[in-house]
Amino acid sequence: MATERIETISVPPETWEEDTPAPSDLQLAVRDLMRRPPALFGFLCITFVIVWALVPGWFSPMDPYTQDLDMTLKPPGFTTPAGFTYWVGSDELGRDMLSRIIWGARVSLIVGFVAVLLSGMIGMTLGLVSGYYGGLVDTIISRIVDIALSVPFILLAMSIIAILGPSLQNVILAMAVRTWIVYARPIRGAILSAKEFEYVVGAKASGCRTPRILVRHLLPNVLSTAIVIATLYLGRMIIIEASLSFLGVGVPPPTPSWGGMLADGRSFLDTAWWLALFPGLALMFTVLGVNLLGDWIRDALDPRMKRLAD
Amino acid sequence: MRSYIIRRLLQSLIVIKGVLLIVFFMLQMTGDPASVLMPEGADQEDIEQFRKEMGFDLPLHVQYINFLVGYKENKGVLRGDFGFSYHQELPALGLVLDHFPATALLAFTAVTIAVLISIPAGVISAVYRNSLADHVTTVGAMFGQSMPGFWLGLLLIMLFAVKLEWLPTSGADGLEYLILPALTAGLYATARLTRLVRSGMLEVLGSDYIQTARSKGLLEHVVVFRHALKNASIPVVTLIGLEMGILLGGTVVVEVVFSWPGVGFLVVDSIRNQDYPVVQAAVALLATSFVLVNLAVDILYAWLDPRITYS
Repeated sequence: MATERIETISVPPETWEEDTPAPSDLQLAVRDLMRRPPALFGFLCITFVIVWALVPGWFSPMDPYTQDLDMTLKPPGFTTPAGFTYWVGSDELGRDMLSRIIWGARVSLIVGFVAVLLSGMIGMTLGLVSGYYGGLVDTIISRIVDIALSVPFILLAMSIIAILGPSLQNVILAMAVRTWIVYARPIRGAILSAKEFEYVVGAKASGCRTPRILVRHLLPNVLSTAIVIATLYLGRMIIIEASLSFLGVGVPPPTPSWGGMLADGRSFLDTAWWLALFPGLALMFTVLGVNLLGDWIRDALDPRMKRLAD
Repeated sequence: MRSYIIRRLLQSLIVIKGVLLIVFFMLQMTGDPASVLMPEGADQEDIEQFRKEMGFDLPLHVQYINFLVGYKENKGVLRGDFGFSYHQELPALGLVLDHFPATALLAFTAVTIAVLISIPAGVISAVYRNSLADHVTTVGAMFGQSMPGFWLGLLLIMLFAVKLEWLPTSGADGLEYLILPALTAGLYATARLTRLVRSGMLEVLGSDYIQTARSKGLLEHVVVFRHALKNASIPVVTLIGLEMGILLGGTVVVEVVFSWPGVGFLVVDSIRNQDYPVVQAAVALLATSFVLVNLAVDILYAWLDPRITYS
């Protein structure tokens, strides 16, 4: 009889859903985003730049490589006799700055995202292994982390690129070589406690093989930590890529990159201020967007991680 | 405490040894050190002779030991001999050491500026939470963390050197040359420290002993500075130390923007000229100073906060 009673008390699921449909996770996220202006602003910045990077041809008024030596260093708003307007000016080779900024989003985002992903994969793997096995493996990995941490990032990246040669892949590689450590350490710590959880010990006792324990039982535990670290470092990766391009060891010209454009602008600070202003603005608002959105994701996933950001 | 210090010291030595291994492999990664170090257009015979002279024809592990303890005229990096700068024809380490004070001065000034701005800003922001001052500080710190330092440097040059002509654009001939590079280098540290001071103060101000202090009738500034700030300062001191260590190797881009004659400026030049002994000496020196600063911070931290266990 007990089952009958329960049925009469509880609302039948169909009618409940009809009256007030339960909001999906996505709907909840959107609602929350709308309530937080900084996060919304960050979201809009990032969406804008991602669309630029995906389909730059839709937005760029001109080909970013086309030079016009009659139209060098024209100020923002200058209109050519042919009727083309350089909205943010032209550079020293007469290329349209706006088009180069729009195309430049590609390098920044590709390097940023891939470097964060690649270093995340390396760091998570080593952090998992280090925390799970402990002992000698842990000691070796922890020492490597200490050593890598002490070598200045930009100098190491520059040296690696100088030795391997400048290219998109080598820039990403040089950045990942140093960044994986920021994942490895916290993930190792999280695994150290997670491996004592009953269900992990239980899985081990029931004859589960190690790779399965690592991937199915322990990995989901540290995934949110890894995502939080990724949101913290995406902005920094974008800045470091720009710094490398600025120093002349980034993605080689003529590929438009914001750091490279700023390096060009450095020679014209007294005559053509727009060269050094607009690529920097694009860079700053991209990183700002990433950081603001990152704050929001961090709060949503794990409020305790807020301290890490500070 | 003493055993803790000894253990941290030993750990630091292991790290420095590891750094030297990386530095050794930097040159090996080029594929053929002998031809990289010889001037361009040197003929094959000279390269072969140079290879023998430098011991680049020996097995790798022997080369590493030679690198550490010396080979022929070279005394080895453990005795401070990183070989010669082929470009400037001077001992590599000496060249780096000549540039080190400029970098240390820049990093130290940058951290000082960061502390002078961030502590008042963070305290005001936390004490007057949700006021206009708090909002300005929070937004400012967010922008500071999102702004590439070298771009700020370019903007400062445009404003203060080109437009207003108050300060020089680049070089290092006096105190006025230090202002813009130090502001630029200190930007990120300022933003980070401000956020940390603010969140630390907010946490402490909400705690029971602050309530007690207030209910005893203590003056508000005594509560804020004596009771709250003192307790919020432990993580801040750690971060100040860390930022100092990071800045020693992290002023590279700023040095290039302002042609500041520090180690970073030297290394960028040396990398362009394939002057690897200088790069090796610089990376080793900067990494070592980072390790030592960190060691000092850890010991200071243990001393400041008696709750820390030394295990």
